[in-house]
Amino acid sequence: MTRQTKLNFPHPPARPDETPDFSAIDIPEAGILDVPPPELKAADSHDYAQGLIRILNDQGDAVGPWADYIADREDESLLQGLRDMLKMRAVDKRLLNAQRQGKTSFYLQCTGEEAIGGGFQRQLEQGDMNFPTYRQQSLLIAADYPLRDLMGQIYSNACDPLQGRQLPIMHSAREHGFFSISGNLGTQYVQAVGWAMGCALRGNGKIAAGWIGDGATASNDFNSALLSASVYQPPVVLNIVNNQWAISTYTGVASGQSKTYAERVLGYGIPALRVDGNDYLAVVAVSRWAIQRARNGYGPIAIEWFTYRAAPHSTSDDPSAYRPKDEALAWPLGDPVERLKTHMIKRGIWTEERHAQSEAELLAEVMAVQKEVEKHGTFVNPQPISPAEIFRGVYADMPEHLRRQRQEMGY
Amino acid sequence: MARMSMIEALRSAMDEKLSDDASVLVFGEDVGFFGGVFRCTAGLQEKFGEERVFDTPINESAIVGLAVGMAAQGMRPCVEVQFADYVYPAYDQITQEAARLRHRSNEQFTCPIVVRMPTGGGIFGGQTHSQSPEALFTHVAGLKVVIPSTPYDAKGLLIASIEDPDPVIFLEPKRIYNGPFYGDHSGKSVPWSQHESSEVPEGHYTVPLGKAVVRQPGNDITILAYGTMVYVAEAAAKQAGVDAEIIDLRTLLPLDLETIRHSVEKTGRCVVVHEATRTSGFGAELIAEVQEACFWHLKAPIRRVAGWDAPYPHAQEWDYFPGPERIAAALKLAMEE
Repeated sequence: MTRQTKLNFPHPPARPDETPDFSAIDIPEAGILDVPPPELKAADSHDYAQGLIRILNDQGDAVGPWADYIADREDESLLQGLRDMLKMRAVDKRLLNAQRQGKTSFYLQCTGEEAIGGGFQRQLEQGDMNFPTYRQQSLLIAADYPLRDLMGQIYSNACDPLQGRQLPIMHSAREHGFFSISGNLGTQYVQAVGWAMGCALRGNGKIAAGWIGDGATASNDFNSALLSASVYQPPVVLNIVNNQWAISTYTGVASGQSKTYAERVLGYGIPALRVDGNDYLAVVAVSRWAIQRARNGYGPIAIEWFTYRAAPHSTSDDPSAYRPKDEALAWPLGDPVERLKTHMIKRGIWTEERHAQSEAELLAEVMAVQKEVEKHGTFVNPQPISPAEIFRGVYADMPEHLRRQRQEMGY
Repeated sequence: MARMSMIEALRSAMDEKLSDDASVLVFGEDVGFFGGVFRCTAGLQEKFGEERVFDTPINESAIVGLAVGMAAQGMRPCVEVQFADYVYPAYDQITQEAARLRHRSNEQFTCPIVVRMPTGGGIFGGQTHSQSPEALFTHVAGLKVVIPSTPYDAKGLLIASIEDPDPVIFLEPKRIYNGPFYGDHSGKSVPWSQHESSEVPEGHYTVPLGKAVVRQPGNDITILAYGTMVYVAEAAAKQAGVDAEIIDLRTLLPLDLETIRHSVEKTGRCVVVHEATRTSGFGAELIAEVQEACFWHLKAPIRRVAGWDAPYPHAQEWDYFPGPERIAAALKLAMEE
């Protein structure tokens, strides 16, 4: 029996003006997967790589072995997690607004993905290093990175720690465990592995965390990173944020016929877990488990964070041209803030009133810093950084030809 | 002092740095147990252990990408790309990551790596073992580009490169790994042991980056060359019977314009020589700089002799290679004008 050869071109379940349709996505019940031993091997992680680790069920209860795994957590850490997410949302809202007012050239929100960076960062130690993509600003918020520095970078003004060198959102914050974002895709995944190899060689007890999106799993350096990590076994957590969209490209174009990205990792001999990225408790539990595992010398581990990019790719993008406008609302795993809020109210440590109050307070805090930072200049009211900055730091010592060019420019 | 080939001198440099700096690492394809296809790292794994000297998968992007991550936290990786012709998968890591990390992070992170790679032709290597891609790196802000032509310089420059705070592309002219090459491929090859520049000190010394050297003083014409072509130019000058001053650039980026200017102002004539393809080659940059700096001293147009703008051939290697005859012809032309 033969069949006609025919190419496959993946399509999302729904386009603009169609009804959002996530019926093909299998959502396992919360609490059904157990917590594996730290020595987990790739060959034994198929259930975790094909399933979905979830703690919060639809009623907002924390259930199952992973809930027990973090049962020692104080209520205060949940409050902190919620505050991190609300603060992130306030920052995104205000900076998006600033871009719309022409005060900066570019912005990029992480709406819907706040739990992932927030929950992960809170499990790291000082000296660990993230190699983030441009949608992991929630790592910075949870690292208590000063808002003045964060916003200064967006406005490229005197408050900018990078002195105008980088596109807004491409932060660098070494002291806060946040590696300089290049803006390329995939390249930094393998650098995280290199950093982690350095940690192991020095025996300093620190780990690295690589970050990549579902779209960039297609890049060469996804292979470079996973293979290197598999060969040398350094202390690295390799995160894959599967938010369904790479600008306008549906995740199926990156995944091909693979069911999950976590499953793809298993072929490298690296164990992998797939997690509900909109479930703050699941993020905390799996991050803690994976980071401890890496730190304790069990080698690399990969996590697919299953989520949805509720925001446009960036301020230069219009998602209504390629997906239904209300698709985010139909996402079967809901909104991370709402889900944690529901859980905390049910647990008796939070109320609707306190939530509204907290939102207002955080927005006010963010706006106060924003107002202060904007005094140092925006695109509307520019107070330019010296053009001589262009030449500083190209090399440790400025070579003669750059000195001549700087003089030619008049500085 | 010992007589060393360029291979031995390079190995001696890595040995020296592996000994005196625990943050120095050496890795690449076949460099560990085997010691490299050109033997540059032979014995280093045995001496320093596989945490310092190790083999990698065949993935240049990973070799350089890992090095960037290691260097950012304070290691000093000196990695090998087996042939310069294989560097392209790592070009993204070199140009957009290593070269810019210091600048884009406002010096929060730096990238002190060395990427060694054998360059150039003359070994019947065909298209994928003969290329000279230096101009692809001299075009990139943030990199330094180094190419030695003697065992003494090879060791001193490599130590200086490993100690440099910024990423260095270290091109090794493989035709002269084992001895100087004067362009006569039909004759017997001369081993380094018969050449005075193979006197290489044991222990630590550096040859500074960014400094050219006058390899042969002369009065009538300046030849700008680097790597293998320094010797081919020497043979060509002899053949043409001109009193040429030969400058071995040693570092292409940053360029030692002062040494060049000093020479051309004296001779008033200049010929630029390289193996790499001509169009948009590094020679174009040299000529532009020389005419801008020395225009009123020039008595003739600056000539260049380069590889033809075609892929490097296998069987017709010596028709492609810019040998002494072509250089001698350019020298005569420049002298007559």
